[in-house]
Amino acid sequence: MLKEGQYRNPSGCAVSAVIDRSGKPMSGRRMIDSIAVMHERSNGLGGGFAGYGIYPDHKELYAFHLFFDDRLTRKNTEEYILRHFEIAYSSEIQTRKLPTVTDEPIIWRYFLAPLPRKLADSHLDEREYVARCVNFINARIGGAYVFSSGKNMGVFKGVGYPEDIGEFYRLDEYEGYSWTCHGRYPTNTPGWWGGAHPFGLLDCTIVHNGEISSYDANRRYIEMFGYKCTLRTDTEVMAYIIDYLVRKMGLTLREVAKVMAPSFWKTIATKSEEEQREEIFLRKAFPSLLVTGPFSVVVGYEGGIMALNDRLKLRSTVCAEKGDLAFVASEESAIRRIEPQLDKVWAPAGGEPVVFELHDKEASK
Amino acid sequence: MKVRYILPAFEVLRDESKCVNCRLCERECANGVHSFDSERGRMIANDAKCVDCHRCVCTCPTGALKIAETKDVYRSNANWSRAAIDEIYRQAESGGVLLSSMGNPDTYPEFWNRLLINASQVTNPPIDPLREPMETQVRLGSGRVKIERDENGRLKTALPPQLELQVPVMFSAMSYGSVSYNVHAALARAAKELGIYYNTGEGGLHRDLYGYGDHTIVQVASGRFGVFREYLDAAAAIEIKMGQGAKPGIGGHLPAAKITPAVARTRMIPEGSDAISPAPHHDIYSIEDLRQLVMSVKEATGCRKPVIVKVAAVHNIEAIASGIARSGADVIAIDGFRGGTGAAPTRIRDNVGIPVELALARVDDRLREEGVRDNVSIVVGGSIRSSADMLKAIALGADACYIGTAALISLGCHLCRSCHTGICNWGIATQIPDLVARLDPDEGARRLVNLVTAWKHELEEMMGCMGINSVEALRGNRLMLRGIGMTESELRLLGVKPAGESM
Repeated sequence: MLKEGQYRNPSGCAVSAVIDRSGKPMSGRRMIDSIAVMHERSNGLGGGFAGYGIYPDHKELYAFHLFFDDRLTRKNTEEYILRHFEIAYSSEIQTRKLPTVTDEPIIWRYFLAPLPRKLADSHLDEREYVARCVNFINARIGGAYVFSSGKNMGVFKGVGYPEDIGEFYRLDEYEGYSWTCHGRYPTNTPGWWGGAHPFGLLDCTIVHNGEISSYDANRRYIEMFGYKCTLRTDTEVMAYIIDYLVRKMGLTLREVAKVMAPSFWKTIATKSEEEQREEIFLRKAFPSLLVTGPFSVVVGYEGGIMALNDRLKLRSTVCAEKGDLAFVASEESAIRRIEPQLDKVWAPAGGEPVVFELHDKEASK
Repeated sequence: MKVRYILPAFEVLRDESKCVNCRLCERECANGVHSFDSERGRMIANDAKCVDCHRCVCTCPTGALKIAETKDVYRSNANWSRAAIDEIYRQAESGGVLLSSMGNPDTYPEFWNRLLINASQVTNPPIDPLREPMETQVRLGSGRVKIERDENGRLKTALPPQLELQVPVMFSAMSYGSVSYNVHAALARAAKELGIYYNTGEGGLHRDLYGYGDHTIVQVASGRFGVFREYLDAAAAIEIKMGQGAKPGIGGHLPAAKITPAVARTRMIPEGSDAISPAPHHDIYSIEDLRQLVMSVKEATGCRKPVIVKVAAVHNIEAIASGIARSGADVIAIDGFRGGTGAAPTRIRDNVGIPVELALARVDDRLREEGVRDNVSIVVGGSIRSSADMLKAIALGADACYIGTAALISLGCHLCRSCHTGICNWGIATQIPDLVARLDPDEGARRLVNLVTAWKHELEEMMGCMGINSVEALRGNRLMLRGIGMTESELRLLGVKPAGESM
């Protein structure tokens, strides 16, 4: 059977996210409860979570989560890792056996520090160095797949309903200041856990609901800059767009939103001179990164989350606030399930980014 | 006894029961086909002079006329076509190079018709252009940017000069001289109204059209006809013409018959002699020389105008385009071997170059592989016949299209392919005042505006089908195309999957 990446696999989906802007940790149980409400939006063929602030004891180290097809692959991959990193700590990720989650690969976690000498010789900044190592493993070592690679955060995903995947990974035992999650309704059968979402690179993760029509225009453009879209999913290409614009070009997330889901030219013409100047520039500078077709994404990153809809708002997204807590979900019910009394609930307009960040971003580091 | 070797290709069919002997056909046909036989009191026709331009058919008030391809045939021969035989007769008589006009009419394979477009069903919605915004604007020019901020952290928003088009189509280069003043006037007015651009071709810019400069691309070709300071200053962009799809490897041809005093003045050449541009630019024998000309033109215009380099689609187009993308040029225009012309040697027109679809796909791939696609925009021409061709070109990787033949057809051209004779009954490819007057520039502009507006609507509908609401997201989106009836290597070169293969 073809593996994810050897064909396009559009999906309908559910997304949910929560952040405590005071930085207070919360259990992953909350997200499991939230996503379980939207059971009907998934079809049991993929679910996953990203938690931020979950590894406070190892927050200086890159936490790699890997899938291996077999033990031999793990051995080969570890050889590669050892050539580039010091392994501070590694172990199999503890899981709970469930009748609903089957065919799991070998799942390991590594806490890593780049080898200083190797890093200096590469003439790359540290994050680029790590990103390249991740890409190398994913593209070159068959049977091994890095699905999480940030600091003090982790992605947990697999084939199954998202609430079952959450139980499988024992997320009730993790605590983080923010969580995102995803339930997948793919229109093709992915036999492979790596194809589930969130998709992450370094600390940036994406959960996405939609099927973008600009996919190949975006893909062919972003591949000019060293990215390789191996999974052929919308989520992957959007993650690379965000990584490129933020990490390599130095744009802010709000500016990224103006690239991916810009206002229509007609609307731009009605804005203030300063806004026009900026939005026209961004559209002109990155026309091939405009994303069309339905999408609702939640971007998770160190210290915050961002929700963004396509500019026609062809997928639902609801945001809410309750004190320091902020929520994003495909449906309001998923938020009410974990916080029945809310201060504020609203549906952001298409193309309007909603950013929730820690009050004290530095503290998350 | 004088023997006629070449027999008339067409037959003028007149329905005597409808003809009222008004003699309008006689006045409309500058080729002198029709005449009144006063002895017999009826109209007669000299088939040998007919070029099948359909002017008489279209103007006959009683609908009495038809033109048919002759039923008279040479003995059939699968190897020796009638055209091949006639051309030999013609050369045996004249000893000269055969001349032709308009694009290559032969039965070569083409690819636009073998590309099929995708549509959204269920998993994502089509977009209704009648009810939702749909963006057809594009910008041409270098998009290479560095993100820089001022001391307040605000983005610095300077970009290289760009052309802004409301629809991704422009009127391609057709020189004053090869076409009439009224054609240029119609193109200029239409370009302005549509928010697009027309291209002067290599014959200079008539004084009276300087007012349309904001919608004019001026050409600098190997003959440098009509090129001087004010000409460059008047334009919105400057195109360096290295080659033309209809005649790669040779320069422009304008027969003396079409060089009137006004044409001569605009071109800055003497009256009454053929204007044949040199095959190469004699200051460009290599890519580094091109860079110098690009930079000279930029210097001359204060670096405020995009520079386009137009080349014919030839076998090595990838490498040529890669060189141009690094030459400082802002736009590459690629002209395919089906492209039209006012006059070209027949053998060159029909045998030199490659289809624009293949050239476009390869150039777009190559520039991406080399990471220089952002340096330039790509404009393609050479037989874009409909909005579907235009959409497919953009999905293959073009930023916009040039249309020449389609624009002339909208003005009345019936593709009789006789432009080089200087007699054009439709007032298009002629300088004869009575004929030129047949084309009303206002009416012509209206028809051009209608054509492009119709294409815009069709583009919006097809984009809507695909769930795309901006041309930016269509550009290079090859997953939206599938090939039908193509070989493996054609699919590979075009970078599209065969019809039936999923995403």
